[in-house]
Amino acid sequence: MKGRIISRGVVESDALKTNQPISFYGGVDPETSEILEKGHELQGKRIKGKILVFPTGKGSTVGSYTLYRLKKGGVAPAGIINGECETVVAVGAIISEIPCIDKIDISQIKTGDIVRIENGVVTIK
Amino acid sequence: MILTKNEEQMLNGKDGYAVKKSMEILVALGNIYGAEKLIEVGSVQVAGVSYHNLGDAGLEFLNELAKDGKVKVLTTLNPAGMDLEDWKKLGINEEFARKQNLVIEAFSKMGIIISCTCTPYLIGNLPRYGEHIAWSESSAVTFANSVIGAKTNREGGPSALAAAFVGKTPCYGLHLDENRVPDTHVKVNAKLSKFSDWGALGYCIGKKVQSKIPYITGIKNANVDELKSFCASVVTFGSKPLFYIKDITPVSENVHPPKEKITIDNKDIREAYDAINDETEDIDFVCIGCPHASIKEIAQIADLLKGKKISSETEFWVATSRPAKQLADKRGYTKIIETAGGKFACDTCMAVAPLKGRFRAIATTSAKGCYYSRHNLMLTKMGSLEECIAAGVSGKWS
Repeated sequence: MKGRIISRGVVESDALKTNQPISFYGGVDPETSEILEKGHELQGKRIKGKILVFPTGKGSTVGSYTLYRLKKGGVAPAGIINGECETVVAVGAIISEIPCIDKIDISQIKTGDIVRIENGVVTIK
Repeated sequence: MILTKNEEQMLNGKDGYAVKKSMEILVALGNIYGAEKLIEVGSVQVAGVSYHNLGDAGLEFLNELAKDGKVKVLTTLNPAGMDLEDWKKLGINEEFARKQNLVIEAFSKMGIIISCTCTPYLIGNLPRYGEHIAWSESSAVTFANSVIGAKTNREGGPSALAAAFVGKTPCYGLHLDENRVPDTHVKVNAKLSKFSDWGALGYCIGKKVQSKIPYITGIKNANVDELKSFCASVVTFGSKPLFYIKDITPVSENVHPPKEKITIDNKDIREAYDAINDETEDIDFVCIGCPHASIKEIAQIADLLKGKKISSETEFWVATSRPAKQLADKRGYTKIIETAGGKFACDTCMAVAPLKGRFRAIATTSAKGCYYSRHNLMLTKMGSLEECIAAGVSGKWS
């Protein structure tokens, strides 16, 4: 699937997928990478090392720094795939140098798929 | 997005890390929101200053940028988590103060004016009508767009910083005239009789119009303090940082009222108070100045506090910018307020100071202040300046 490059880089890992938006500020533990948001379908899951697949970001712009902190702590997602990327995730992915791509039909991807992001293309293996 | 040769080179790292990262951010945002090019900005206002919100991750990133990043245009700063000169009197702990000072050092190294106010337009960062700027801080963004007629999107901290390092921002959204056309007509039938009614009105309109741009009629007069309070509220409870008020804000006389119409009645204002206020009689915190109090508001506070004494059970803050406080010092307002037991909280405010769990119930004139105080687990009361000062003196809301 061809998408739009938000943050460059090549990465391959297993997917963690949700159909709900994610708020990084307050919604993700910056130390452990665990999703904290109450009632979120990924609540309790850790995003470390995963290709995180979700429709779009939400919440405070400080969430960009949460992604940066995850990266510095070695617990960031390996890559991000969005249906429609917005400011918080875009800025967070760029400053943290996490490969990020959007305009992807995320319904084609499910949790556990081995996914590769390269040159604006997402491949499911 | 089409980049000039120089912009391409900046993106490729010609001017170092901070500019490269900034260009990556601006280009990504430009692509996401359909900008065709970057445009020059006259000034930047950077939010995301309080260590309370930034944490160590934010601090680390700012230090990284400060290594080779220098701002290219006038850049001012939002409030920090404490009074930078006298944080002890506000009950801030040493560790927080140390980290907050590191944040300020990083911003200072970048060449940013350490203004630490959400009202940059009152202290020397005043754009002209029609000027493109890149501001964060939603109340200031709304004031700049609506009351001044400058043009800015609602930036986040990092995207505002990126604009400051490049001197440009992607041209989309509210930078384009076609996106500044009001799309709903709000007729205000309610009587606005006290200052906090402007916060209540902002609540009503924000909730009702959400992401639409309101063209507001039925308001005969509004001063700058009332407008800044309304700006803070309307964008906190709605999301669009632009409105028109007929015959009061720029261009409103040339705009045709949109067909879609909603009305705000006295009942709506009463319901806004009901939604913003909690059940509480005891008040242990009074804070005036969200957005930061102007010198005129400080004069009003001094006038009402003269000869009175704040209850020993109550903490009383005037949140304002340092320049406004300095004017207050010279005029004697500071002495009156401090003699009555009030404190100046310069450079900071109730929304960004680390107040979670410190107070049980706040009284304030600000709807936005109430919104953020609930995040800090306080019960909230919104009322006129007279009511808030009475609460400070008696420790009770009546």
